Amino acid sequence: MAEILDILISASFWAAALRIATPLIFGVLGELICERAGVLNLGIEGIFTAGAMSGWMAVYLGADLWTGLLIAALVGAAFGLLHGSLTVPLGLSQHVTGIGITLLATSLAYFTYRMTLPDVTSPPRIEPFQPVDLGFLSELPFLGPALFQHTPLTYLALALVAVTAYVFYRTPLGLALRTVGENPAAVEAQGISVYGLRIGAVMAGSALMAMGGAFLTMSAFNAFFFEMVNGRGWICIALVVFASWRPGKALLGAILFGAFDAFQLRLQQEIAVDIPYQIFLMMPYVLSILALVVMSRRAAYPKALMIPYRKGER
Amino acid sequence: MRLEPRDHPPLWLSIGAPIAAALLALVLSAIPLTWAGAAVGEAYRLIFEGAAGSLFALTETLARVTPLILTGLAAAVAFRAKLWNIGAEGQLYMGALAAVALGAGALNLPGIVLAPLILLAGALAGAMMMLGPTWLKLRLGVDEVVTTLLLNFIVLLFVQMMLEGPMQDPMSMGWPQSAPVLDQAALPKLVEKTRLHAGLLIALAAVGLVWLMENRTIFGFEARAVGANAAAARFAGMSVPSVMLRVGLISGALAGLAGVCEVAGLKGYVTQDLSPGYGYGGIVVAMLARLNPLGVVPAAIFVAGVFVGADSMSRAIGVSSYIADLIVATSLLVMLLASLVVQFHIRFRAG
Amino acid sequence: MSAHAPPGSTPAAAPEVLRLTGITKRFGDLVANEEIGLSLRRGEIVALLGENGAGKTTLMNILFGHYVADSGDIQVAAHAGQTGKPSTLRALPPGSPQAALEAGIGMVHQHFTLADNMTALDNIVLGTQPLWRPWQARAAARRKLDALMRRSGLTVDLDARVVALTVGERQRVEILKALFRDARILILDEPTAVLTPQEVDGLFEVLRALAAEGLAVVFISHKLNEVLAVSERVVVLRQGRKVAEMPTAGANRRSLAEAMVGRELPENQRPPHNPGAPVVRLEGIEAPGELGRAGLHNASLTLHSGEIVGIAGVSGNGQAALSALLSGLARPTAGHLFLLGEEISHPSVRGFVDAGVGRIPEDRHRDGVVDDMEVWENLIIEDLRDPDLQSAGFIRKDKVMARADALIAENDIRCPGPETRTRLLSGGNMQKLILARVLERHPRFILANQPTRGLDIGAVTYVHGRLLQACAEGAGILLISEDLDELLTLSDRVAVLYRGQLSQAMATAELDIRGLGLMMAGHSAAEQDAGGPHAS
Repeated sequence: MAEILDILISASFWAAALRIATPLIFGVLGELICERAGVLNLGIEGIFTAGAMSGWMAVYLGADLWTGLLIAALVGAAFGLLHGSLTVPLGLSQHVTGIGITLLATSLAYFTYRMTLPDVTSPPRIEPFQPVDLGFLSELPFLGPALFQHTPLTYLALALVAVTAYVFYRTPLGLALRTVGENPAAVEAQGISVYGLRIGAVMAGSALMAMGGAFLTMSAFNAFFFEMVNGRGWICIALVVFASWRPGKALLGAILFGAFDAFQLRLQQEIAVDIPYQIFLMMPYVLSILALVVMSRRAAYPKALMIPYRKGER
Repeated sequence: MRLEPRDHPPLWLSIGAPIAAALLALVLSAIPLTWAGAAVGEAYRLIFEGAAGSLFALTETLARVTPLILTGLAAAVAFRAKLWNIGAEGQLYMGALAAVALGAGALNLPGIVLAPLILLAGALAGAMMMLGPTWLKLRLGVDEVVTTLLLNFIVLLFVQMMLEGPMQDPMSMGWPQSAPVLDQAALPKLVEKTRLHAGLLIALAAVGLVWLMENRTIFGFEARAVGANAAAARFAGMSVPSVMLRVGLISGALAGLAGVCEVAGLKGYVTQDLSPGYGYGGIVVAMLARLNPLGVVPAAIFVAGVFVGADSMSRAIGVSSYIADLIVATSLLVMLLASLVVQFHIRFRAG
Repeated sequence: MSAHAPPGSTPAAAPEVLRLTGITKRFGDLVANEEIGLSLRRGEIVALLGENGAGKTTLMNILFGHYVADSGDIQVAAHAGQTGKPSTLRALPPGSPQAALEAGIGMVHQHFTLADNMTALDNIVLGTQPLWRPWQARAAARRKLDALMRRSGLTVDLDARVVALTVGERQRVEILKALFRDARILILDEPTAVLTPQEVDGLFEVLRALAAEGLAVVFISHKLNEVLAVSERVVVLRQGRKVAEMPTAGANRRSLAEAMVGRELPENQRPPHNPGAPVVRLEGIEAPGELGRAGLHNASLTLHSGEIVGIAGVSGNGQAALSALLSGLARPTAGHLFLLGEEISHPSVRGFVDAGVGRIPEDRHRDGVVDDMEVWENLIIEDLRDPDLQSAGFIRKDKVMARADALIAENDIRCPGPETRTRLLSGGNMQKLILARVLERHPRFILANQPTRGLDIGAVTYVHGRLLQACAEGAGILLISEDLDELLTLSDRVAVLYRGQLSQAMATAELDIRGLGLMMAGHSAAEQDAGGPHAS
């Protein structure tokens, strides 16, 4: 019991929680934007991978970190455009198209990586984002190391939550986005293009997912590995349900998840009980399923989620 | 652009569309190939030779076709009823694990009993994997795509745990692998000195049975109705949950069978890399087949051929074999577009 | 034509605000609109009359930019038209709802285009502000709406979510949407279909007031009475063509009906009311509603063999719960349900069907047929367990096809063959398919929920004829309908559903449409007898 308490009151634990949560915040936010507009984006896992690879690759080939991040976002948006074009005007199955985007983005990332670096055996490293010095904030006891010694990407993720929430609930664009996921006919009747809104939302959301991937290679691991995304995209999809499609709750969900994950990592190190380590590794996935189950009864889906809108259909 | 539904797509279109999609995917994949500095014509020649250029190549391809037919059927059966089972990968591993749990010495029975028994056990294990996701979908409305996907990760870790723990082969010198299936339970080879085994016949039999089920039985009728319009199926007196559950179990069982066949026909024992993504490949196969069980066979041959051919091409000219994944993923997306052409008259006109 | 304008309406000199010329639109082989011309003046209410499928909605969808006409022009007055100055007509860019809205055209669709989970205010301001502006001017919008509501009498709670509003209130939100954008032309597509008679009167008053302020209104309807009551000019469409145009003052029911239908229709004869033994009895039934809709509270009703009992009511007042209960889909939480004299404690669809219940669902496309399956499949979908059609779980295709062929022939279902995809059938033929399936087993009880919704007059007559025939042969029929004319023509007795409360069934002969309307709005029958507020 004391051990558990020790973990919970250590600043490094909370720092780890926020670090683990950062890519998920990007991903959940991105998926949430897509789904709020009515489009399920199962391309997320592959877009994470493509973002991780392209951001890292850009920096490895000489770009600076922010340019790398921008490139990752553009790559994500490009896959979003593909997903949006297939599912929105053409109305193809969002499930199958999304899986297809994941397969395509993943294989394209792997292929590109292999062809650019055919001979490397151990993944080359780059100089990653460094923690920002926030002056006295970073010096604060406990709070400093827990909250104020992160890399810029973590703060970018947090800022994006606020921006998304503001856009959603305080701007005409946000109103249109929320409505198009509820009843696209209402949007069309008020003279706004349903296709434009939806494709735009999928592109923006996919760009965020790719930035989540870029965090992995440009801030967390400093290198690109195969299978490094490891289901994070799918976890984000579960977290969107957990968050009831709200940006604020999405942040909460991602951080809670990060805390659980950080906790099990510590527990794994500190408790010398004879539990196979795989049990701990399973926890994030089991937790995601549990989150889905717990929230399912209260889930208030965007009403038009996964329903294609065909203009002028009689 | 307007989409007007067709009544019955002409046969040439139903057959031609997937072929066109596969060819278009090859054409599109020439872009990354060119970028990688390979001679496109040469690369495709090598892929074709590697997949079908010799008896050995052919048997290699057909050996890979076996699991892809089964996972393709698993996806096709489920998707037809709008049950999105993306968990064939995990179900395959559970099937394989069940096969060695019973077949690697736990039961020392004659082959005539043991072989069917492990096939059954594997199918059952795969089916059980669908029980949870289907139940959660029906009772709580939890999206089965996410649960089956997440279960893939859990199963893989579980397999790892078993292979490093209770099911590790004591003779493996520390490698994480299971004990081999007893010789009498192994599926016989179809062609001597190759890797082609009787699993292919099991897969083909499954194709026939699934076709018969979907097109000739009341259950198949109900499954199609539930998939096409669950509300109308319910109104007509069908029990949507019961139909869905049975479809889920059949789908999982087919994927589980794929795992048994890989173990009992090919590898002999379970390792962590038993499947190079057959579960996900099955989704592509099912879509290329337009969910038609009979179409699963040619679709599986295409996908298997691309993988086997790309491997050998990669060895010859050093282009990464990930090109195979790329071709297959592209063919899935192109096929989705092609299916639009099959289902609808597409009329281009403003408005 | 202005010579016939009723007193108090726009002067003849009112400027033209809209002119359609030679509008033609085809869908495949179907000609939806052919060479239609239409002109509209400021402050004028024009009725567009025609049966379902005559091309009214298509024409208005072209005007609003949902469809693009194959040929023809649309011209709208430039904004000067509002001041009464001679206006210039300008071509409206086709295929753009945005352009139509900017030109001052507002449209209230038959199926409301509102997002249920958002507030009335959200729905109204949506799209009225620049999309990329980083704030919303909600306070200003609210002020403008308050003024609008006072002037027009269209009051709604702007902060209520649409899902919590009644159908009538939702319609007000739709009209406010158009007025908020300063629409000068308002198109209403079948606006009365979902309203009580009193709400209809209220709507007409609002429309007259708005027209007096200069709004030009196109009122789309297939109901002669309403057209005569509200419009100044009538344009009649039939099979995609304009067949008549006349001032309302010079028109009468007969001339309009003739123009609209263009052919003699067989009159259905109602058999004398001759009830037999009870087929269905509800005693104190409680049943939950779905999705926030009303359920049933303490509902009691007896339906006899050989009679038709109509259920009147504004949709959402418990019809869905009643229908689910009598289809075998739902279980009552309290009370007793008797079917053919036996109490049903565990209702099931199969049990109902086997007991001889025929069910015509409200929504053909959602519940009635699997439209991606073939006609033969939908014909036998309720008979899968029939031993004649299957053996050991396998479908006997020869028997099945023989039955399908026979049913298609007997019921005159127009389709190329039993293997046609059901999706391609017209609404009328789809309903014939469902009727064929229902009547084939000579049901003793038929639940007919909105059996003629969206059908053209020929199909309506056919459906009514089949129901009356089944009734004459001894079936008891429960008819749930929003169409009061239909209820009063077919039913022997009518009961009213209001917020889950089912009234006594009253003999149709003793009913009038206004009294029914009051009950549909929640006034009890007793109140009316005591001299309710209606004037008729």
